Amino acid sequence: MQNHPSSHQPAISARGLRRTFGDLTAVDALDLEIRRGEIYGLLGPNGAGKSTTVKMLCTLLAPTGGQATVAGYDIATQPQQVRLNIGVALQEVALDPKQTGLELLRLQGRLYGLSKREVDQRLAELRSLVDIGDALERRIGTYSGGMQRRLDLAAALVHNPEVLFLDEPTTGLDPLSRARVWDEVRRLNEQLGMTILLTTQYLEEADELADRVGIVDAGRLVAEGTPTELKRRIGTDLVIVRIGGDPEAAKRALDGVYGVEAVEGHGHELTVSVAEGSASVGPIAIALHDAEVTVHDLTLRTPTLDDVFLELTGAHLTNNEELEEEYA
Amino acid sequence: MTAETTIDSSARPGAGNGAPTRIDPVVRARPAGALRDIATIAGRSLRAVPRDLEAVIPPVLIAFFFFVVNIGTLENLTQGSIQGFDYKSFEMATAVLLGVTGVSRAQALVVDVQNGYFNRLLLTPVRRSAILVGHMVADVAVSSVLCIPILGLAFALGIDFQTGVLGVLAFILIAALWSLTFAGFGYAIALKTGNPAAVNSSFLLFFPFLFLTSSYVPRDQLSGWLDTVAGWNPVTYLLEGLRSLALVGWEWSDLGKAALALLIVFCISFGLCFAALRARIRQR
Repeated sequence: MQNHPSSHQPAISARGLRRTFGDLTAVDALDLEIRRGEIYGLLGPNGAGKSTTVKMLCTLLAPTGGQATVAGYDIATQPQQVRLNIGVALQEVALDPKQTGLELLRLQGRLYGLSKREVDQRLAELRSLVDIGDALERRIGTYSGGMQRRLDLAAALVHNPEVLFLDEPTTGLDPLSRARVWDEVRRLNEQLGMTILLTTQYLEEADELADRVGIVDAGRLVAEGTPTELKRRIGTDLVIVRIGGDPEAAKRALDGVYGVEAVEGHGHELTVSVAEGSASVGPIAIALHDAEVTVHDLTLRTPTLDDVFLELTGAHLTNNEELEEEYA
Repeated sequence: MTAETTIDSSARPGAGNGAPTRIDPVVRARPAGALRDIATIAGRSLRAVPRDLEAVIPPVLIAFFFFVVNIGTLENLTQGSIQGFDYKSFEMATAVLLGVTGVSRAQALVVDVQNGYFNRLLLTPVRRSAILVGHMVADVAVSSVLCIPILGLAFALGIDFQTGVLGVLAFILIAALWSLTFAGFGYAIALKTGNPAAVNSSFLLFFPFLFLTSSYVPRDQLSGWLDTVAGWNPVTYLLEGLRSLALVGWEWSDLGKAALALLIVFCISFGLCFAALRARIRQR
């Protein structure tokens, strides 16, 4: 019997979703509930299980445990219904270099049962997203990486899916193209109510786009919430101190200092959560000086999702250079 | 056009509040139907042919070459020793099979697997079998077209068909079906391995099929082990069926054996390639 979904069901729901490859557990008992019309960001480093999760939810890969529904349809028992209701842009662009962009989009539309008129209508609507002018008539093999990625996204949208999966949609794009994709993601969500699950390694992307963020590490969902909620876990402000010498001694020196709520040590870097940053920097610097701790640098900033990730997993999501570049 | 109208105009889309989503009248996906799926995939394959001429021109040139060289080498010898024998008509079937055997989009399919486009197709509601059948429909069309220049050369050399125009069409159909049957091996290897080099190796099957048989002289002129092997080679019966159309007329016994030989190889090659397709699309 065909089960038809109710519009009150979540757009994506997973219970104990699991995927193993031999001895390796890529996704481990993942629970997820994404509401209709929501942009949900799955944030985690390479190898965290984000892409495997997406491949299971979009029916390319069978789970080895648990269950999930997408657009109200079971991914294991109703994969065809799932496919009719989703659009997917995977991490690696999936295009045929010998077709022209136009041929590929038309073919994609036909496979989703669209009439010629409907395909024409969608092509007209998607042209601004693809934004490659006459190149749409050229073979895809001649496109740059950015053009290919935008075309790949357009191919995922030809049939106006209810749920859109974007697996690292802006990896490899220049800043302008990245901004254009962000605008399109927002537009699809705001104007059409499209539910969007995006995976990303970019903190800024998750922060900017997602209504809620799920942080994954080693196949497990370690935290979930709005970006604001997640960052609030860390404190109002952060003072980052790079020190020389014994980190434990430095932590002891900060014990009881005015405004300090918590101190996390990661090697020679201390992350000090404070209620009011500008008022706490001075006392922190003095306390460390009095304890004869060498301070290489001291930075005041607001918490980022990387700080949340660091607190939860003990590792940075991005290396410091990338982080600095991103927030520069 | 299927359009969905407003379900609940009060709900703000994009709010992620769990309320019914307002969906404006928009294009919505629906199953395309088996025939349309096949036609769409076949259309893509056929569009690719002119962009991939290196896959179809060499087989025709090889067919031309062997046709002309074999006639030059063996025509006098065979016609001198076999009374009433027409070597040109005899050799035409061999030339056509040389031209169409191994012509397929299997190589393109393996490229799709490698560059991820195969996965893009799997993400659509297209019937999985249509991905393969669509390519095969294109193969039949291409093989049929490739027969035409070879037959054109045959007619230029003065060959006549005892079965007339219908016989020519039957000849093309049988040759194209053989091409499709042989292509099944290439698709099986493409889907099983996802490796272009492995697909090329399917060409090795070409030699025993096409040469351990009555390709150059009639079966009764073969002797010893080659005669025995030719007796087991289905292409022997295929060649005899094709030759009968040009040389004899509607010889149903020869055509029946050709159809049976074709069916046996078809069952094997298609069994292999659809098993490989099932394995490839299984969500491993």
